[in-house]
Amino acid sequence: MKKSILAAAGATALAAALGGPVLADPPFDPKDPKFAAYISGDKRSGYTFAEPETRGMQDDDFTNPGFLWVEKGQKLWSKADGSANKACQDCHGKAEDNMKGVGASYPRYDVRAQKVVNLEQRINMCRVDHMGAPEWKYESDPLLSMTTFVRHQSKGMPVTVQVDGPAAPYFEAGRRFYYERRGLNDLACKHCHEDLWGMHMRTELLSQGQANGFPTYRLKWQKLGSLHRRLAGCNEEIRAEPYPLGSPEYTNLELFLAWRAQGLTVETPAVRK
Amino acid sequence: MPTPRVKIPGTAAKGEVFEIKATIDHDMESGQRKNKEGKPIPRKIINKFVVTYAGNEVFSADWHGAISANPYISFFLTATESGPIELKWMDDDGSVYTAGGAITVS
Ligand code: HEC
Ligand code: HEC
Repeated sequence: MKKSILAAAGATALAAALGGPVLADPPFDPKDPKFAAYISGDKRSGYTFAEPETRGMQDDDFTNPGFLWVEKGQKLWSKADGSANKACQDCHGKAEDNMKGVGASYPRYDVRAQKVVNLEQRINMCRVDHMGAPEWKYESDPLLSMTTFVRHQSKGMPVTVQVDGPAAPYFEAGRRFYYERRGLNDLACKHCHEDLWGMHMRTELLSQGQANGFPTYRLKWQKLGSLHRRLAGCNEEIRAEPYPLGSPEYTNLELFLAWRAQGLTVETPAVRK
Repeated sequence: MPTPRVKIPGTAAKGEVFEIKATIDHDMESGQRKNKEGKPIPRKIINKFVVTYAGNEVFSADWHGAISANPYISFFLTATESGPIELKWMDDDGSVYTAGGAITVS
């Protein structure tokens, strides 16, 4: 195990770990009541690994830049589009009432699509099937905005997904992906986010890699991004070929990550480094 | 089209110091980056931010290339009279984005 993280981190990080300056970890006390909402048993949201300044940005809806996308999504919610000239609001009413809890339960097996879909795909199904409008491209501004707006209606609610019944094969595929070694560094997700969280990789403090805050505003990206974008980044990190955003591979993995995060609450839009 | 968000208190006591918070979604393209073909991406930033209170300019800032995307700013004013507060962001391309509110001073 030790050996593989060295392989992953490479010579520069190893040198930094041995001889470089010692980085102070952000303060974290599990008994501090201000973290209670971000912990569930052994599970810790990425929030608890973040620098206090980053947490502060997330805490205030106003300084949290993710809210720019929440507001853009809110505007789109009532905007008619497509050949049916309908808006989301025409069928779903007030998002604050009728989308509450929805985002916390995705990815989900969809009877009509006969497969597991995530929130982005579910929104696009409505565009195509119910509005006669073209799909929004994955990672496009409107799709990110709408996904963030809808998931934000579940903020504070525990992530709860169905992984049995028709969802079971998708869940199993996601689980397999999570434990499978890949890339030039020959590492699995679990090596960094299950075995080594709390340790440093280059300048990064490894978290448990929980997905409850997505879409997330990342300071590095200078914008909001989807979970799949983050997954592609984690694949590239270990020099593995990333899958396309929105691919079945990442959607299955997203279902596994949601199950893994169960108990933690939706933080959308979270702010991370 | 960038969407500003502002937070202005609706009321204040005369002489009170109050805070205004403002943010806007904007790429703040610095002009230093190159695209996939290696060509420079032209600079496009908000280069000036101006605030008027009851018609008078009370705050302004020149912004340069190193300001982050989606810039956030907060500043303080002293409540002198009731009136509108207007915030303006000036873009390199000549666009002006405005937002504001009004404060009642008692
Ligand atoms: C013409 C009506 C109509 C419009 C317009 C519409 N939807 Fe839907 N939506 C539905 C129906 C009906 C369902 C239930 C599943 C189905 O039959 O497709 C649904 C399901 C959903 C769900 C899943 C709800 C759940 O409980 O799992 C989400 C999320 C959603 N829609 C979002 C949107 C968004 C966002 C828009 C606008 C971009 C939109 N819908 C536009 C009719 C509509
Ligand atoms: C070589 C180590 C490494 C591997 C392997 C790796 N990641 Fe990550 N991951 C990171 C680092 C570093 C970060 C950023 C800091 C943090 O939150 O851990 C990160 C962040 C994340 C986050 C965001 C957490 C948050 O709070 O926003 C998720 C989700 C994630 N990873 C999932 C995965 C998944 C799923 C895999 C397998 C496909 C994976 N990672 C593989 C290093 C890794």
